[in-house]
Amino acid sequence: MLIALALAVLPVLAVLGLAAGRFEGTHRLVALGCAVVSLVLLVAGAGHLLGGGPPPAMVLPFGLPGLGFHVRLDSLSALFMVVVDLPAAAAAFYTIGYASHLPERRRVTPFLPLFLFGMNAVLLADDAITFLMAWEFMSLASWLMVVSDHRLEENRAAGQVYLMMALFGTLCLLGAFAVLAGPAGAWDFATMRAAASGAAVAAVAPLALLGAGSKAGLAPLHVWLPLAHPAAPSPVSALMSGVMTKVALYALVRLLFDLVGRVPWEWGAVLMVIGSLSAVLGVMHALIQDDLKRLLAYSTVENIGIVAIGLGLALAFKDGGEPALAALALVGALYHIVNHATFKTLLFLAAGAVQAATGERRLSGLGGLLKRMPWTGTAALIGSLAIASLPPLNGFVSEWLILQALFKGPSLPPWAMKFGVPVVAAMLALSAALAAACFVRAYGIAFLGRPRSLAAAQAGQHPTPATMRWSMAALAFLCLLLGAIPVTVTDVLSAVVVPLAGGPFQVSADLGWPWLSPVGATRGSYSGTVLVLVGLALFAIVVVVAHAFGAPRARRAEAWDCGCPEGLLLPETQYTPQSFSQPQRRVFGSTLFAAVETIEMPEPGARPPARLSVRLIDPVWDGLYRPLFRAVAAIADRVNRLQSFTVRGYLLLMFATLVLMLLVVAWRQRS
Amino acid sequence: MSALLLQLGQILLVLALAPLLTGWVRLVKARVQGRIGPSPFQPYRDLRRLMLKEPLVGDSTSWLFRAAPYVTFSAVWLAACLVPTFAVGLPLAPAADLIALVALLAVARVWTALAGLDSGTAFGGLGASREMLIASLAEPAMLMATFSLSLVSGTTQPERIIAFVLSGGVGIEVSLGLALAALVMVAVAECGRIPIDNPATHLELTMVHEAMLLEYSGRHLALMELAGMVRLTLFLALIGGVFAPWGIAPAEAGPLSLLIGFGAFLAKSFALASALAVFETAIAKMRVFRYADFLGGALLLGLLATIFLYVSEAV
Repeated sequence: MLIALALAVLPVLAVLGLAAGRFEGTHRLVALGCAVVSLVLLVAGAGHLLGGGPPPAMVLPFGLPGLGFHVRLDSLSALFMVVVDLPAAAAAFYTIGYASHLPERRRVTPFLPLFLFGMNAVLLADDAITFLMAWEFMSLASWLMVVSDHRLEENRAAGQVYLMMALFGTLCLLGAFAVLAGPAGAWDFATMRAAASGAAVAAVAPLALLGAGSKAGLAPLHVWLPLAHPAAPSPVSALMSGVMTKVALYALVRLLFDLVGRVPWEWGAVLMVIGSLSAVLGVMHALIQDDLKRLLAYSTVENIGIVAIGLGLALAFKDGGEPALAALALVGALYHIVNHATFKTLLFLAAGAVQAATGERRLSGLGGLLKRMPWTGTAALIGSLAIASLPPLNGFVSEWLILQALFKGPSLPPWAMKFGVPVVAAMLALSAALAAACFVRAYGIAFLGRPRSLAAAQAGQHPTPATMRWSMAALAFLCLLLGAIPVTVTDVLSAVVVPLAGGPFQVSADLGWPWLSPVGATRGSYSGTVLVLVGLALFAIVVVVAHAFGAPRARRAEAWDCGCPEGLLLPETQYTPQSFSQPQRRVFGSTLFAAVETIEMPEPGARPPARLSVRLIDPVWDGLYRPLFRAVAAIADRVNRLQSFTVRGYLLLMFATLVLMLLVVAWRQRS
Repeated sequence: MSALLLQLGQILLVLALAPLLTGWVRLVKARVQGRIGPSPFQPYRDLRRLMLKEPLVGDSTSWLFRAAPYVTFSAVWLAACLVPTFAVGLPLAPAADLIALVALLAVARVWTALAGLDSGTAFGGLGASREMLIASLAEPAMLMATFSLSLVSGTTQPERIIAFVLSGGVGIEVSLGLALAALVMVAVAECGRIPIDNPATHLELTMVHEAMLLEYSGRHLALMELAGMVRLTLFLALIGGVFAPWGIAPAEAGPLSLLIGFGAFLAKSFALASALAVFETAIAKMRVFRYADFLGGALLLGLLATIFLYVSEAV
């Protein structure tokens, strides 16, 4: 009831946003309203998740005749409501302070509540029609915000690619649901769940992978993310990258784990391969980007890939009759979903704050921001360390769980798993290590060192508004909290995975609360809580002892830099983002991106500096999409001729079609 | 109670022993090269000197630059507390398995690299960039070695792997040999030893780890140096403990077996340190872009170690 009421407020806020026009206060009011509604939904979702009880369901008396809108809140929906509405509340609260920096706020604020409405409605939907309508609502509302700053050519192009991919995805999901609904047209989920047969899986699984995977950003359907996510205003980028991709994963989980009873392990293997490719490809792209928001979008591809590895493994374990291990893999995947929602939202909000303060999104124009923007800098540091999966922060726990599950993968009977799982584990480990490199580069270049532009040097002149600071601080605190109490989180997730994986996730009883030690796994254990406490104790001892030696206070002086003369130590002498990633580009990029470096040396004695230029080829874009687009354009050109036929020509065409149809009918009757 | 005392003993032992082991490596290296070399206790004197000196901090640096030595050192020290050295049954050991140990070392590395970038100089960025390149191959290699160890022994917990090896459940396995090779290669890279990095060089073109520390002085530098020494001790203890666990004191052991364990740990560590010194003398340092061959080789060895397990099973 509370949820319905809260959802009903969102369209009203949208109308208010439309009417806001030039009044900045009204825009802020709409953002505040969105934050409050998200908080209410968050409380409702968390209440159901923690309180348990039978899932409340309702049939709303409108929609298709004889069907209506089925809504239901089970534990999976409740978990994703928390995943969606927690970052959404932070992003909406942030928007209150960010409103004056929105480039085209009249084209953004009306659609923000609609976007939230669409995402929550997807989670609550209990029949395919409601689900697909909400899904389209979510896609279109976000598309409108992607093209809000439509005067930029690149934003229009991004919007076009995004719209195509969104429509393609919905089409695939429609197909998946149609197969599940069967000839009787049973569109509600309860009937689908009861009727799911093995034959349907072969059609549903690929369609679900294409439909949900294109929204989530699984390779090779990820190409729209790095275009569309940076094009939207920062709080919306945060929602699209941190939250909307999670709604897509929800669709995947709902379809493959819930509606389809049993998925053969081969599909789990497919998901793992796609996931590991996405992880490595995403992080390699992220490692060489200069645009901060595009870097974050590519990193989303990586993290979605990690989640997909966990989900695929859970499917394989479930089919192999190992419910405890399936639960372990699924808990790892869901944990990573929660984590990615917090730190990716945080990092996008920080990127927005940086953009608001400097007008700069390129790493090569930033630097030294931690000194000038201490709040944003510290929050972004925590987010970067978390996304680099470093203990004791949250990103590490989920990767640890997925790795633990992978280490048991070879126990599955199929030989493909015995030999394939180690390769997937190596890819996951590689992407985690590259993510650390990627975020050392992103954070170190943007926030540390000395400013590389005038705008960055003057960044601290206008303090970041309090609402922006507090929403980032809250998300940073969550990154710490979710990492420090892993067992509490996995206990909550365990209740969610029981119906999906076929068994609960348990930690071994002989260790007790703060020790995360999954039963049935490799008997490895981890405790974020203990690491935090002991680590802090050691840290305190080190600080006290190091200062107790009677050593003098630290003195500030110009950097030494191997004896660089005073006054010559210019910011330009620092490493640039391109030079930082050059070793990785050379090691990995020469095969993956066919990277070619060329050096233009001036004539001896000439004045211009030598220049290093790099040419990269995106294998997915150039190998798959460009030929595809070319084929579509070529076909369109051919078909175009149909438009300029004479009347005689059209009549001939109709006659030929008629004859063809008659022949088909005759042939069928004969046989 | 006695377990807590053991834990406390280990926390202090790794710290006290680390400079001596580093000094020992330097001494053996000098002798092998035909020099007399400094006393093995020289690192203690160096650390004391640095501790008492006035630290200088670059103009443009933020708080992160001053915090990094403390965080780096605490992370490495914490990791070293959790690796079995002379006894098993430490109360803190379940806090981190091998995966978490890899990650704790990564914490230290990331903070050092960030500090290198914060120094705002060309060398800091150079060191950070190269260090992250090394890490991006060494970390997966170590995880793959862990994978094969966990497949053989059924656990990722160092203490339990040791118990498994001691129980005689394992013979000479190709997989274990490959995992050992991978782990040794990773250890060489992680500790910044030849052929990946040269701890004695300050030649610009070849620096990796030292390049990030160039701007540090006084107690900050002392902590960073000590962190490197503790890291070396950690890897010696890990390799010696997991692949040659003999002599290690069992849980709730009496004083005698503790003494034996202590002696065995010292013997193993010094033997491995001497081997490292000889190895470093015998080999030349690599070019930066050859790292990928060396560490990619380690990664493939780790992967082969897991796959060989099933090949041998199937044959």
